[in-house]
Amino acid sequence: MQQDSLLPAPGGLAAVPGREPDPDAAISVRGLVKRYGASTAVDGLDLDIRRGEIFALLGPNGAGKTTTVEICEGFRDRDGGEVRVLGTDPASGGRRWKAQLGIVLQSGAGDSQLTCRELLRAQASYFPDPRDPDEVLELVGLTEKARSRGRSLSGGQRRRLDVALGIVGRPTLLFLDEPTTGFDPEARRQFWSLIRSLRDLGTTMLLTTHYLDEAEALADRVGVIARGRLAEVAVPSELGGRGRAPAVVTWTEGGARRSEATATPTAFVRDLAARFPGEVPDLAVARPTLEDVYLQMIGEDRA
Amino acid sequence: MSAVPATGTTQPRTALPSMAAVYRSRAGVELKEFFRQRESVVFTLVFPVLLLVVFGAVLDYDLGSGVTFIQYFVAGVIAAGILGASLQNMAISIATERADGTLKSLYGTPMPRSAYFVGKVVQVLAVTVLIIAILLLVGVVFYDVQLPSGADWLTFAWVTALGAAACTLLGIAVSSLARNGRSASATVTPIALVLQFISGVFFQFSQVPVWMQTVASVFPLKWMAQGLRSVFLPDALAAQEPAGTWELGRVALVLGAWCLAGLVLCVLTFRWQERGTR
Repeated sequence: MQQDSLLPAPGGLAAVPGREPDPDAAISVRGLVKRYGASTAVDGLDLDIRRGEIFALLGPNGAGKTTTVEICEGFRDRDGGEVRVLGTDPASGGRRWKAQLGIVLQSGAGDSQLTCRELLRAQASYFPDPRDPDEVLELVGLTEKARSRGRSLSGGQRRRLDVALGIVGRPTLLFLDEPTTGFDPEARRQFWSLIRSLRDLGTTMLLTTHYLDEAEALADRVGVIARGRLAEVAVPSELGGRGRAPAVVTWTEGGARRSEATATPTAFVRDLAARFPGEVPDLAVARPTLEDVYLQMIGEDRA
Repeated sequence: MSAVPATGTTQPRTALPSMAAVYRSRAGVELKEFFRQRESVVFTLVFPVLLLVVFGAVLDYDLGSGVTFIQYFVAGVIAAGILGASLQNMAISIATERADGTLKSLYGTPMPRSAYFVGKVVQVLAVTVLIIAILLLVGVVFYDVQLPSGADWLTFAWVTALGAAACTLLGIAVSSLARNGRSASATVTPIALVLQFISGVFFQFSQVPVWMQTVASVFPLKWMAQGLRSVFLPDALAAQEPAGTWELGRVALVLGAWCLAGLVLCVLTFRWQERGTR
C-alpha cells in the first residue's frame, strides 16, 4: 500500500526544516510569526505535514494552535514567515485551492433553519466534486437526523454535522479544530473510526485536540506547540523520549508500596518473582503515558 | 485503493460549479432561512399588516379631495415594509450570521463571495414583493384602497426597487457595526421606528415639525414614502407636500445617492469574521 511509505520511519521522525517550504508537503510552514498587538502568539514556527498522514497539534490554550491552523486555512493574515498549503500560499488561495480543503472550525458552522440534508446539499453545491450528502450523513451517523433542522440537534450531533459539512466537498486536506469537544466516550470512539476511514480514503488531516488519548489513537505524528513554537514532533509512542524512558515497576512488599524505575523491566520482574512464593502482590509495570510526557514538556516550558 | 499521490498535482479533477448553480443554491438557502424563522416572518411580514389594520380602523378621516387617510397610510406602510424587509432584515440577519460563525464557515468554502450577496438580494426581493402584495390585498379588500393606474405602476416599481436596493446596502453596512444579531436589532429597530414617525408613515408629513422634516429628508425612508404617495394619491394632493410637488426627480436622486453611499460603505466595512480575529 502506497500510504505506508508516507508514514514516518522510526528514528527519522522530526521534520528537518530547510529554509524553503516544501512544495510537496500537504502543509509546510517556515518561521511563521503572528502578533496581536504587543503579544506574539506564534513566534518562528516550523511545521511539515506529509500528504496522507494524520497530524495532531497539541498544546495548552493560548499556545498558538488555533492561530497557526487558521493562518493555514486562510482566515488570518501572518506577520512573517512562509506558508504553503497544498503548494499554495493561503494568503492568496482562490476558489480552486479552497475546493481541496475541508474545514471544521472550533466554533462550528452556526445556526440554521435548514435540515441536515439541506445544509449538506447547499455545502456540496459549492464544490466541484462533492460526496453524496446522504452517504456523508450515513458516514457520520446522522441518517436519522437527515430531516431535522440544524438547531434541533444535540451538542454531539451538531459537531458530527460540522464534520459532515467539512468532508462533503471531498477534501484532500481536512482541518479538524477540537472536533470532539463535548462528545461522550462512545461518540468519541465512533468519531475515531470515522477519521480512520477518511484516512483510508487518502485524506490528509490536521487535528488539534486537548485529548491526548485521541491524539495517541489517531495521529501518525504529534507536534507539541508551546509559546508559539513547535517544541517537538514525533510519533505518539516516541514523544518526549517516551520509547526510551525507563519502565516503572510497582508492587507491595512488607506492607508497603514499592516502586523501581528500570530499563530492563522483564529481568527485574523475573528477579522479583523469585523472591515471592506465589503472585507478586499488586504487581504493575508502566511506561509514561503520552499525557505524562506532554505535561512534563509544557511544564518545563512554562517554568 | 485510493491512495494519495506522494507528490503532486493539486488541481481537482473537475471544474468548479457554475456561478449560476451556486447562485440558485444560495437563493434557496436564504428563502428557507427567512420563511422558516417565525420571528423574522412575524416581525417583517405580519407587523406592517397589523399596522395597516389598526391604523385603518382607528384613523378614518378625509384628507380632502375625497381621499381617505388609509389611502395615504398605505403608501407609508409599504415604504416601512420595504425598510423592514431590506434594512432591518439585512442588518439583523447578517450580524447574527457573523457572530455565530456562519459567515466564517462560508468564507472557508469555494463558494464565490458574490453568491452570498445574490442570495440576500433574492431574499429581500421575495419578501418585498410578498409584503406589498399582502398590504395591497388587505387594503383593497377591507379598506377600499384604490390601486394605482397606468404609469403609476411604473413609478411604484422603480421607487420600490431603488429604495430596496439602497436600504439593503445600508443594512449590510450597518450589520458590521453590531456585535451580534441581538445588538443589531436593539440598534436598528428604534432607529427605524423614529424614522417612520418623522418620515410621513404614521402621520401626514406636512404635520411633522419642519426641523424633523429636515432630519427625515437626509434618510431614504422619507423619499420612499413620498415617491409611493405619488403612486397612491391623486395629483391634487401634491399641493400638500412641503415642496408642493411629488419631486420624483429628487426621490430618484436621493435614493440613488444612498445606493452609492451604501455600496461604498459595504465594500469598506464588510467582514466575514467577528471583529479583531484577523
